[in-house]
Amino acid sequence: MKVSLFITCLSDAIYPRVGEAMVRLLARYGVTLEFPPIQTCCGQPAFNSGYWNEARTTAKTIIEAFEDSDFVIAPSGSCTGMIHHYPKLFENDPAMLDKALALQSKTYEFTQFLVNVLGVTDVGATFRHKVTYHPSCHGSRLMGIKDEPMALMTRVKGLEFVPLPHAEDCCGFGGTFAVKMSDISGAMVSEKSDHVKETEAEVLVGLDMACLMNIAGNLRYRNEPVKVMHLAELLYEGVR
Amino acid sequence: MSHGAKGGATVKERAELALNNDFLRKAVKFTTERLKNGKLQAMKEHGNWEEWRERGRQIRLHTIAHLDYYLNLFVENARANGVHVHFAETAQEAVDISMAIAERVSAKTVVKSKSMVSEELHLNAALEKIGVEAIETDLGEYIIQLADEPPSHIIIPAIHKNRYQIAELLSEDAGETLEADTKILAGYVRRRLRSKFLEADIGMTGCNFAIAETGSMVLFENEGNARMVTTLPKTQITLMGMERIIPSWADLEVMATLLPRSATGQKLTMYMSGITGPRRSEDADGPDEMHIIIVDNGRSLQLGDPEFQELLNCIRCGACLNACPVYRHIGGHAYGGTYSGPIGAVLTPSLNKNIAEWDDIANASSLCGACYEACPVKIPLHDMLVYLRRRKVEAGHSNKLEDAGMKGFATLFSKSGRMSTVLKLGKIGQKFVARDGGIRLKIGPLKGWNTYRVTPTLPKKSFRQQWATLDAEIREGLKEMSPDIKRRMEQAVQSRKNGGTHGHGHS
Repeated sequence: MKVSLFITCLSDAIYPRVGEAMVRLLARYGVTLEFPPIQTCCGQPAFNSGYWNEARTTAKTIIEAFEDSDFVIAPSGSCTGMIHHYPKLFENDPAMLDKALALQSKTYEFTQFLVNVLGVTDVGATFRHKVTYHPSCHGSRLMGIKDEPMALMTRVKGLEFVPLPHAEDCCGFGGTFAVKMSDISGAMVSEKSDHVKETEAEVLVGLDMACLMNIAGNLRYRNEPVKVMHLAELLYEGVR
Repeated sequence: MSHGAKGGATVKERAELALNNDFLRKAVKFTTERLKNGKLQAMKEHGNWEEWRERGRQIRLHTIAHLDYYLNLFVENARANGVHVHFAETAQEAVDISMAIAERVSAKTVVKSKSMVSEELHLNAALEKIGVEAIETDLGEYIIQLADEPPSHIIIPAIHKNRYQIAELLSEDAGETLEADTKILAGYVRRRLRSKFLEADIGMTGCNFAIAETGSMVLFENEGNARMVTTLPKTQITLMGMERIIPSWADLEVMATLLPRSATGQKLTMYMSGITGPRRSEDADGPDEMHIIIVDNGRSLQLGDPEFQELLNCIRCGACLNACPVYRHIGGHAYGGTYSGPIGAVLTPSLNKNIAEWDDIANASSLCGACYEACPVKIPLHDMLVYLRRRKVEAGHSNKLEDAGMKGFATLFSKSGRMSTVLKLGKIGQKFVARDGGIRLKIGPLKGWNTYRVTPTLPKKSFRQQWATLDAEIREGLKEMSPDIKRRMEQAVQSRKNGGTHGHGHS
């Protein structure tokens, strides 16, 4: 069984520790991840900005990278969601459409794979901190990832979970939105940080490094001492 | 150029005005949150919300797919009830028809209940030009009419104003100082409108739903003003978007369940009126003459368009506005059109078929999908926003700088080697600007981002650079997979072969 890691460009370039945590955590269950080096970016920035020809170019690279994988696992609901958009992207190209559908059906976000496929909810971790959770929009709304992270977090020993007020509100990232509409995005992320601060949590956890980079960047700008982690990091931290 | 837009040519400029207006932001946040929570509570109490939501969607999908049939049926029945039915292809035609009726009955004043279509037509200004006074009788509409502003919310037109601002406007209207107390203010408007209702020559309404099987029109309201408008004046004109149709009264049960709950969290609005024709001899009240103007104004452009036809399913509840985090911060006027929020961002360019002019409002969204989640008939607005952006690019109206950037993106990310080269350059470049693992520079492309954030620096080694070492270490100490996990993985592969899916999809 070939299980491939889709690291996503952001975690590859800026947050390799997330990929490492995933690899080490899954190895504990005998799952060896394989890493096709030709992979790049899912193409979401181009897709969401309306540049579908450009999005197709990178999508083809991703499709090729994972062609003979049985499972593709990514530490991001949003990039996984983008792969789930590939069939729309290739709706007028029958040969590519088949490949896009095949990739869609085998691509999972990290917690989906861990909980729904492997059936793991208790990784045996201990993490003695006050933690809050931001459910990223694409993961929770479009991919339906709601119960999986909660199932994992509630079973971590010592973890004190504090719900994030208005958790379902977008953090304001939105890819190129944060650049094009920087002041609206800034207002949104500032509000999100206010809510994080209200929880008095030591750690903010999530499933998408893009959103977390946005919130962490704002928290740091405001000198708020909240640690920001991907859930894979937290779980691995708790078992090592 | 943005039609009817105040305070700026682009959504960015208009948004900036709103972002710097604390009164507006507080007022909008306060009310949208109240409405959003009301809806969530109502959904919970209802118990089978998702099921009814799907029924609502199916009714709308079916009706719009057979709109020609149901429109015909509606018109036949309405005419049989004694209603004068008119068709207006454009806003101007609808205005002309309304003005001709007003002139024929020598109208001096028109009392109006809330109608978004009337706002879309800019009818009040047109009536004023021929010397007919139009008076808005919905409290919120009355307030924005005094302020000479377009509505900033589909159901709460004056959502952007707090009660002190409203008291100021009404005091000026009254010629005396009114206390900023909701009861006092509403009491003043009620007294003032009473005489207007009694002397008006025409009552003008919108239409929430038009029932094809009996040719009836249905109005939902909370203030009772629409009842006054439809019973007191001798002539009634109803403005109706051509997509307002539903087949039957049985379908109204579903809509009446979805609309008030989605709009305000109410189980039912205070008044729901079903009107089937003008006053009959046995009726105590009602207009002697009733007109329905069915307005197209760009709606039929969506018919047959697989990406946008579902726009016509909208029941104008405003739930997407209340759920939208962008709307909460910038309010309705920033959208620049009659309709605001996520539905407005899609509806305005679609109805006007001028993507080039209106493209910027499609960019005022982080694509978070809260609108779709809130929509009682599941219109995929977040997808439509992307389609609009794509159509803009395809039509050649995109920003040239962005074109170049996206071409560069595709070149870079189509080959992993190129991506690695850029990362290497980035690591060299950041040495000059990074402090304590962060970049705070506010110039160039980082200006907007770094006004609110510190940018993280690139680590010494990317994931792919660490991979060989990590992989070797993992393989050395690898555990054997448990039979249970192995079985589950095989099952997942098997169910996939049988057509099973996971995640994604609009349901």
